[in-house]
Amino acid sequence: MSVPDELRYTAEHEWVAVNGTVASVGVTDYAQSSLGDVVYVSVPAAGTAVTAGEPCGEVESTKSVSDIYAPVDGEVIEANPEIEDDPGLVNSDPYGAGWLLRIRLADDEPLDGLLTAEQYAELIKEAE
Amino acid sequence: MTMPDAAEPRRTLSRPDPPRPTPLLRVHERLGATMTGFAGWQMPLRYRSETAEHQAVRRAAGLFDLSHMGEIAVTGPAAGAALDYAVTGRPSVIAPGRARYTMICAEDGGVLDDLIIYRLADEEFLVVANAANTPVVHEALAERAGGHDARVTDRTAEYALIAIQGPAAARILGPLTDIPLDGVKYYASHRARVSGHEVLLARTGYTGEDGFELFTSPADAEPVWTALTDAGSGDGLVPAGLAARDTLRLEAGMPLYGSELGPELTPFDAGLGRVVTFGKPGDFVGRAALQARAQAGPGRVLVGLVGGTRRVPRHGYAVLWDGQARGTVTSGAPSPTLGVPIAMAYVDPEVARLAPGDTPDGTLAIDIRGSAEPARLVDLPFYRRAD
Repeated sequence: MSVPDELRYTAEHEWVAVNGTVASVGVTDYAQSSLGDVVYVSVPAAGTAVTAGEPCGEVESTKSVSDIYAPVDGEVIEANPEIEDDPGLVNSDPYGAGWLLRIRLADDEPLDGLLTAEQYAELIKEAE
Repeated sequence: MTMPDAAEPRRTLSRPDPPRPTPLLRVHERLGATMTGFAGWQMPLRYRSETAEHQAVRRAAGLFDLSHMGEIAVTGPAAGAALDYAVTGRPSVIAPGRARYTMICAEDGGVLDDLIIYRLADEEFLVVANAANTPVVHEALAERAGGHDARVTDRTAEYALIAIQGPAAARILGPLTDIPLDGVKYYASHRARVSGHEVLLARTGYTGEDGFELFTSPADAEPVWTALTDAGSGDGLVPAGLAARDTLRLEAGMPLYGSELGPELTPFDAGLGRVVTFGKPGDFVGRAALQARAQAGPGRVLVGLVGGTRRVPRHGYAVLWDGQARGTVTSGAPSPTLGVPIAMAYVDPEVARLAPGDTPDGTLAIDIRGSAEPARLVDLPFYRRAD
């Protein structure tokens, strides 16, 4: 399972990439692999305030549906416009074209509580 | 996100024993399958994409390991009579070499399992049961055969079961066998060889496509699997897991025990009253209860639903009519063939009688996690193959 070093993670299998005051968010390779084929993704529209740890959307796959949790506090500034028509991007490129949200951070230290790549890799190893 | 049993089919039965491997476990591991515990067995859930596996079965062919299914032999001079008493159908009139779909019920008419019974010879039947129900079916058959000159033996461990399903199945399997497949009718079986290995070859399946099920010895499972893979890869044959099997059978409107069938339901509830043969001589287990149920009319009806949005109905979700809960989804999935969410559900007869024109958006709905998503009634099956 791919766990890129430069990203931060949640225990709920989201990844976060921070660039200045904006966090890009998606689900991890482990998550997409466990879910199977993603058929539908529901994410909040631009302008929606989200709270770290609270559900903010859902991912439907053939066999299951899962909540997406906001990894940080902030305001959604963009939802991936490609995902509506091609939810399979979550499977084929979870860290790239399959990104879900960009969130403007509310917090100066948003990465508190997020896992490092090493910590996340350890977590999914235990899950297997 | 949460990972709610993502790799686990929902109605897995938990068992204390560690899951049993099938004779093909090494093959699945070599293929990189995502494995899952299912009814006490380690089974391939998917190899790559379950949607691609599903579509391969509809368009070309898929290869399935079904070695978890139970095989129970019923043999002896009164084997047919014992089965006539034990199940809802009349196995004693099945011709040798033919098979029937039937059910085994409790005294109260509740379904213990749905079965395929193959008559292999005058005094030899093979009863194929769902993996999770095999101990129950074996026990019930043994008990019900009491007093008959018949013997009931659980032979699950003596068989591997490989299914090749799809429009290309006959073309791929044909050159590997020593019998002409044109002579094997739907729901017939023959002793045959596949690339030199002895099999019981049956034209049965659970996908809505033409196809075959091959009962082999455990030792022959891997060479038979490999021979089929080698012969079929040019025709688009791919290995397919339980996830694809579930969406294939759902599109084909076939019931799954634990979803559309169970001990609280009779065959009539599932619209399968035809499997109950009241006209057979002698008593059978469940006759009185089933007779009463057949005359009373349905308390609930199994229907097909198509979702009006992309959100997917799942097992247990409420079916709403004018905002009131009037039924429950038993199985639901995004249909790879139709491109929309589909579901089977038990609903009140009044709702089941609605014509499709009576179900404009918003009146009939499915409660998908708190939101009433529009749905419409459709005839089952969702998918029927062209030929």
